[in-house]
Amino acid sequence: MPKREDINKILVLGSGPIIIGQAAEFDYSGTQACLSLKELGYQTVLINSNPATIMTDTDIADKVYIEPLTLQFVSQILRKELPDAILPTLGGQQGLNMAMELSEAGILDELGIELLGTKLDAIDQAEDRERFRALMNDLNEPVPDSGIATTVEEAVSFADQSGYPVIVRPAFTMGGTGGGIAQDEAELRKITANGLTLSPVTQVLIEQSIAGLKEIEFEVMRDSVDNAIVVCNMENFDPVGIHTGDSIVYAPVQTLTDREVQMLRDASLSIIRALKIEGGCNVQLALDPAQDRYYVIEVNPRVSRSSALASKATGYPIAKVAAKIAVGLTLDEILNPVTGTTLAEFEPALDYVVCKIPRWPFDKFVRADRRLGTQMKATGEVMAVGRNVEEATQKAIRSLDIDINYIGDEELADLNEADLVDGIIHARDDRIFYLYEAIKRGYSVDKLADLTKINVYYLDKLLHIYEIEQELIATPFNADVLELAKKNGFSDEVIGKMWKTNEKEVRAYREQVGLSPVYKMIDTCAGEFESQTPYYYSTYELENESTVSNRKSIVVLGSGPIRIGQGVEFDYATVHSIQAIRQMGYEAIVVNNNPETVSTDFSMSDKLYFEPLTVEDVMNVIDLERPEGVIVQFGGQTAINLAEPLAERGIKVFGTTVENVNRAEDRDEFNKLIQANGIRQPQGRTATTTSGAIEAAESIGYPVLVRPSYVLGGRAMEIVHAKEELENYMKNAVKVSHNHPVLVDQYLVGKECEVDVISDGENVVIPGIMEHIERSGVHSGDSMTVYPAQTLSQKVQDEIVKVSIKLAQSLECIGLMNIQFVVHNDEAYVIEVNPRASRTVPIMSKVTDLPMARLATRAILGESLVNQGLKPGLHPAGEIIHVKAPVFSFTKLDNVDSLLGPEMKSTGEVMGSDRTMAKALYKAFEGAKMHMPDHGKVLITVKDEDKGEAIDFARRFWELGYQLVATKGTAQTLAAHGLKVETVGKMTEENNIVDRIHDHRIQMVINTISDSTTSAADGIKIRSTALTYGVPLFTALDTVDAILQVLESQAFTTLHL
Amino acid sequence: MKRYLILEDGTTYEGKAIGANRESIGELVFNTGMSGYQESITDQSYNGQILMFTYPLIGNYGVNRDDLESVKSSCFGVVVHEVARRASNWQMNMSFEEFLVYQDLPGISGVDTRAITRHIREHGAMKAALVNEISDAKFEEFHAINLIQNQIEISSTHSPYPNPANGRKVVVIDFGLKYSILRELARRDCNVMVLPYDATAKEVLACNPDGVMFTNGPGDPESMNESVLEMIRTVEAAVPVFGICMGHQLFALANGAKTTKMKFGHRGFNHPVRNLATGRIDLTSQNHGYAVERASIANTDLEITHEEINDETVEGLRHKQYKAFSVQFHPDAAPGPHDADYLFDDFMEMIDEAKQTQEDK
Repeated sequence: MPKREDINKILVLGSGPIIIGQAAEFDYSGTQACLSLKELGYQTVLINSNPATIMTDTDIADKVYIEPLTLQFVSQILRKELPDAILPTLGGQQGLNMAMELSEAGILDELGIELLGTKLDAIDQAEDRERFRALMNDLNEPVPDSGIATTVEEAVSFADQSGYPVIVRPAFTMGGTGGGIAQDEAELRKITANGLTLSPVTQVLIEQSIAGLKEIEFEVMRDSVDNAIVVCNMENFDPVGIHTGDSIVYAPVQTLTDREVQMLRDASLSIIRALKIEGGCNVQLALDPAQDRYYVIEVNPRVSRSSALASKATGYPIAKVAAKIAVGLTLDEILNPVTGTTLAEFEPALDYVVCKIPRWPFDKFVRADRRLGTQMKATGEVMAVGRNVEEATQKAIRSLDIDINYIGDEELADLNEADLVDGIIHARDDRIFYLYEAIKRGYSVDKLADLTKINVYYLDKLLHIYEIEQELIATPFNADVLELAKKNGFSDEVIGKMWKTNEKEVRAYREQVGLSPVYKMIDTCAGEFESQTPYYYSTYELENESTVSNRKSIVVLGSGPIRIGQGVEFDYATVHSIQAIRQMGYEAIVVNNNPETVSTDFSMSDKLYFEPLTVEDVMNVIDLERPEGVIVQFGGQTAINLAEPLAERGIKVFGTTVENVNRAEDRDEFNKLIQANGIRQPQGRTATTTSGAIEAAESIGYPVLVRPSYVLGGRAMEIVHAKEELENYMKNAVKVSHNHPVLVDQYLVGKECEVDVISDGENVVIPGIMEHIERSGVHSGDSMTVYPAQTLSQKVQDEIVKVSIKLAQSLECIGLMNIQFVVHNDEAYVIEVNPRASRTVPIMSKVTDLPMARLATRAILGESLVNQGLKPGLHPAGEIIHVKAPVFSFTKLDNVDSLLGPEMKSTGEVMGSDRTMAKALYKAFEGAKMHMPDHGKVLITVKDEDKGEAIDFARRFWELGYQLVATKGTAQTLAAHGLKVETVGKMTEENNIVDRIHDHRIQMVINTISDSTTSAADGIKIRSTALTYGVPLFTALDTVDAILQVLESQAFTTLHL
Repeated sequence: MKRYLILEDGTTYEGKAIGANRESIGELVFNTGMSGYQESITDQSYNGQILMFTYPLIGNYGVNRDDLESVKSSCFGVVVHEVARRASNWQMNMSFEEFLVYQDLPGISGVDTRAITRHIREHGAMKAALVNEISDAKFEEFHAINLIQNQIEISSTHSPYPNPANGRKVVVIDFGLKYSILRELARRDCNVMVLPYDATAKEVLACNPDGVMFTNGPGDPESMNESVLEMIRTVEAAVPVFGICMGHQLFALANGAKTTKMKFGHRGFNHPVRNLATGRIDLTSQNHGYAVERASIANTDLEITHEEINDETVEGLRHKQYKAFSVQFHPDAAPGPHDADYLFDDFMEMIDEAKQTQEDK
C-alpha cells in the first residue's frame, strides 16, 4: 500500500525527560520517526518537554514545541495546530499514556484527529494484564499462572494458592517500577502496597515466579497488511528474575537450537499479529533450560530500549521503518537503508556477536540498594561487537567507563568466601566481576551455573578468558598467545598488566609482530549482499573492510553510556559537531559505544565505529583513518579524558590544547591563573590526610565544601559544617591519597549562575547567563535554572561577562567552555571551569538560537566567530523566560536520599518557557510532573537553620488557603509566629507523618532535614515516603519559593474588611 | 593441527583442523542462518559441497537426536569461524566436533568466514578443498579433480520404504530428501511410501497414491536423466503433485522450462518470498544453487506463483492444467521459519479435491 495521501500534518509525541527506564533511546527513535515522516513529505509537529534532545531541534520537525507533556498543554497545541494525525508509538510509555489520556478526554474525536500506528485498543490489550492473559489463552500461548490484585489481600490470597515465590508487577508503570519478587507474605504485602500506589490504575499482577528460566527477547515488526518479521532475537546472560534493562544481553541468541528459536519466533509473530501491531513491538519470553516449555512474559507494543539496541545490533532501523508503516507503507515497499538494494521485509542475519551491558548509577549513589530485580535501575548501557562472546564481552566491559576496565577486579581478591557467594547468588550490578573472581578461585562453571542459573555456556566463556589470562601471565611477549588474547577481546592495557609492562610496550610489540585489528561492516545480511552502510566494528581477523576515502576527515569522540552527570546532552553536542564537520566538507567519523543515542545512528555521520572509548580502541581507528585530528570536547569527561593520551601519541587534538585543558582542571595551575587575572574565587586548599583536611577547614572557616580532586558531576561532594562531620566524611566518603587529594573549599552562600562560552581563540561569544534558582550547595545539574537571569544586578552580570572572557582568553579556549559562579554579597566568584561542552549546551542552543556546538566546531576547525557572523560578548536575551527543571528517578532506586546537595542526582530535565517567570516556572513544574493541587495540607519539617525562612513560606501557603502541618520543632516555631499549625508525631508515634502521607492526607512535603543531623533517619523516611506515594516533595527552600510564586500567580487574593 | 581451505582461484586460508582427519574437495557454499547447523549439515542437498556458516559461533547448543535431516551427512566438509568450547542445551547428546568425527566429516575452524563469504559473493560459488598441507602437487591434484555430478544418485534411497499412517496415501520421490518433509506429511497423518529417484511412473502409480511429492536434492537439475522428467510428466497428469526445491526444478524442466546456475545461490532462512496470488510474504528457508529461468516459463503450461522479493528469483510454479505445483524454498523449514508450512495444507486440500472429483465422476 502506498503512503497515505489523506493525511498531511502529523504530530509526534516525544517521551519527555530522561528517567530510568525511559531514556535516550526515545530521542533516537523520535528523531528517526520525524525525519522519516519529513522524508515522505508530511508536515511534522513535535511536542516534547525535554530540551536536551536532538529531536527538539528545529531542523528535525517542521514545528517543535518544548512544552509539558500534559493534557492541558498538548490539548492547547492540538487546537492550535489541528494536525490530521498523532503518532504516539515512538515516544515510549509517556507517548502511549499521553495518547490514552487524549483519547479519553475526547479531544481527538472533537478535532477529528486520528492516532497512527498501533491502535489504542491493541496497546491496552498488551498492557492490561487481564486482557493480555485472555488473549494469550485464546492464542494458546503459555503464560505463567497469574492473577490481578487491586488490594493487598487479593494478592495474598493468590499467593496462598499458587505458593511462593511470586512476582509482583504493577500495571502501567515504567521500567517495572514498584515490582519485585516476594519470597513470603511479609514481602508480598510490602511490595504489593507499594505497587498498587505506583500503578495509575491501582492494579498489580501477581505471577507465579519463573525466575531461573532463560530470558529471551524478540524484536518484531508488522505492517498493515499483516507482513510480520523478526528483526533480532536476544538472549539474556542473567536468567529471568532480573529486569532485561538490568541484564547483560547477547544478540543473537546463543544457546537455543533452531527448533527453539523457531518455536519462540512463531509465538512472537502470532502475538504481534493477534494484537494487530502496526510498527515495532518487543516480546519477552522465558524458555525452560531443561525441557520443551516456554512462557510469554510480556509484550511492549511500541519501540523501546530493546528496539534501539536491536537497531544498533543489526543495523536495521526499527523506528524509521515503524514511522513509515504508521503512514500506510508496507514492509515490502520500504528500502532497507543498510544495503540500499534490498527491502525492509527481511530478517537480518548477523555474523558477529553483540553484547550489551547496562550502566548503573551506583558510583553516584553509593548507598543505594544495588541488588537487581524486576525493577530496572540502570541509567544507560553500552554495546560492543565482536566475532565471539569473549571479545564482545571484554569490549563492552571497557566501554562502561567505570573504574574497572577488565573483568578481573583485583579488589575482589580480599573478599571473604561468604560475601563472594552472596554477590554471586544475589545479583548486583557487579555480579560478572564476582563470577570471574570465583572462577579465579577455582569454582567450577557447573557449580556457578547451579548457584546462579546462568547458562554454563556463558560461564565457560568467562573461564576461557581466565585461561587466556593465565597463558598471558605464563608466556609474556609470545605472538601466538597475544593473537589469542586479542581475538578474545583483551586490551593492550590488560595484557600489559599480565606481562608486567605497560600498554605502550604491548602495542609496540603487537605492531612489531604485525597484529592490528581489522574493521568489519554491520550490514544486516552477513555479507550476502553488497552494502552501503559505513557502520563498522573492530576485530582481529584477516580482512579489513573499512576503506579510507581520500577526503579529509575528522574523528569525533562520543560520550559513552548515559549516566548521572553525563547524559543525553553530550550526545546532542556530539551530533551537532558531526553536522558542522559535514557542512564544512570534511568526512565526519564517529567513535562511540552507546546503542541508545542519535550519534550512533549510522546515517548521522560519514562513518561510524562502534567501539570502546579507550586510547587503544580510538588509536586503532586513527591509525587506519589518518584523520586531520580528533575532536574531544563534546563527548563529556569520557572524551576529554582521552585528549592527553592521544596528544601524547602525536595525534592532533582540535580545540583548546591539552595543556590548557590541564590548566583548567589542575587546581594549582588554575589557582595561579585566577590570581594572575585578579579573579575572585572561594578560598580553597588541598589535603592528603584527615588532619590536613581539618587544618584546612579551620583556616578557611566552616562551612566548607569538600570533594575528591578527581570529580565527575560532583561525586562524593559534601558541605561540611563541623569537625566531626569532616572526620566522618574523610573516613567514609573518599579514599584519600597523595595521588588523590581532597579539596577543601570555602562554602559561600549565594546565587549560583553559569555561562557557556564559545571562543575561537581570539573572540569570545557568551550566549547567555543562566541563573540557578536554588542557592549554592545544590549541584548545578539538579538546580532549577532560569534564562535570562532574573535577579542579578547589572554590575554582577557585567562582571560575569568580563571574567568569562578573561578566562576564555587566558586559557586560550578554542571551542566551548563552561564557567560556574557563585554570587555572594553582589560579587561574582568563580567556582568551577569545565574546558569542554557542558550539559547546558542543548538548552542554551535552543533558547538563544545559537547552535553552540556547531559554531564551536566551526571555530575549532578554523572559521572565526566573526566570519560566522557572531558578535563577540554577551548575546542579547529575548523576551521569553525559560526555566529548566531537573527530573529525578528516585522511585526506581531504594536507599537513595532525595535531599538535594552538591552531588548530582537528577537523570533528566524539562524546560518551561513563557512570557512571565511564574508561567515559565509553572510549565517547568508541570513538565517535571510536579503538579500542585490548589488546596490541601503542606507538611513542613525543616532543619534549624531554615526555620526562619520557613515562617515566611508557611505564611504564604496559609494565605493561599493551604493548611499547615509540621513536626514538633518546626510547628513550635510556626506557632510562635502566630500561624495555625497542626503537629504530627514522629515516626514511632501514632498518627505519624508516614501514615498521613500514606493515607493521602498530605498534599505537599517540604523537608530539609539533612542526613548528617540527628533526625536524619526521620528526614530520609519522610522523603522516601513522599516519593513513594507521589506527593510533591521539596528539599530546597528556593524551590519552595519558586512554587509559591506559581501558586500565588494563579490565586486570587482574598481580603476581609 | 593446521588445515587449509584452498579455492579454485588460488586463494588459500589457513585454519585449524576439526572433525575427521581427512582431506576433501567440493563446491564451497555459504549459509547465513544463525542457528540450525545440525539440520544443514545433515541436509542431503549439500551433497558434494563444502558448507560454510557465516554465523561465527557454531556448536553452541551441541547436537541432538531429534534435529537430523538425514542419518548420514553427505556434505563434503564444513568451514566455521569458531567452535563452541562448551555447548549447552538440554537436548544435546553430542558436541559439534564429536558429531563431525562421527559423521566422518572434515572441517576447518579459525578462518575469517566473512572474508571468504565476501570472496564468494564476488566471484561465485567455486570448487574448494580442505587439505592438511599445501604444495604444488596438492594444487595440481586439486585442479585435476572434477566435482562429482551424480549427487542425487548418491543421496536418494535405493529401495522403497514406507512411513505408514492412516491418512492420505502420498508417494514421495526421494531426490535427497530432508526428514522435515516426512515430518510435515506425518503431522498430517499421510500414509507415505518413499521411492528412489529413478522410480518409473508405472512404479509410482502402482502405489495408487492420492498425491505425489518430489523432494529436495543436491546438484544440477539439468544433469537428471530424461526418464525422471518423463516420470514427472506422466505422474502430474494422473495425480496431484507438489515439488520442493530440486523437486520444483525438475517439475519445471519436465514441463519445458530451463534452469540456470546462480552466482552463489540462496542458502539461509531469511529470504522473503511473495505469493503473487495473495500478496502474502513469507520468510523462507532456502538452499539452492540453481534456479528456474523466468523467461523459459513463457511457452510452457506453467505459471509463476511465488518470487523472491529482492532478486525476483522464481520461487514457485503451478501447472495451468493439472493439480500440480512446486516451490523453490523449503516450506518444511528445519532449519528456519515455519511461515510457509501452510503449503502442505494446500497440498492436502488439492488431494482432497482431486479425490472428490474422482468420486463425483
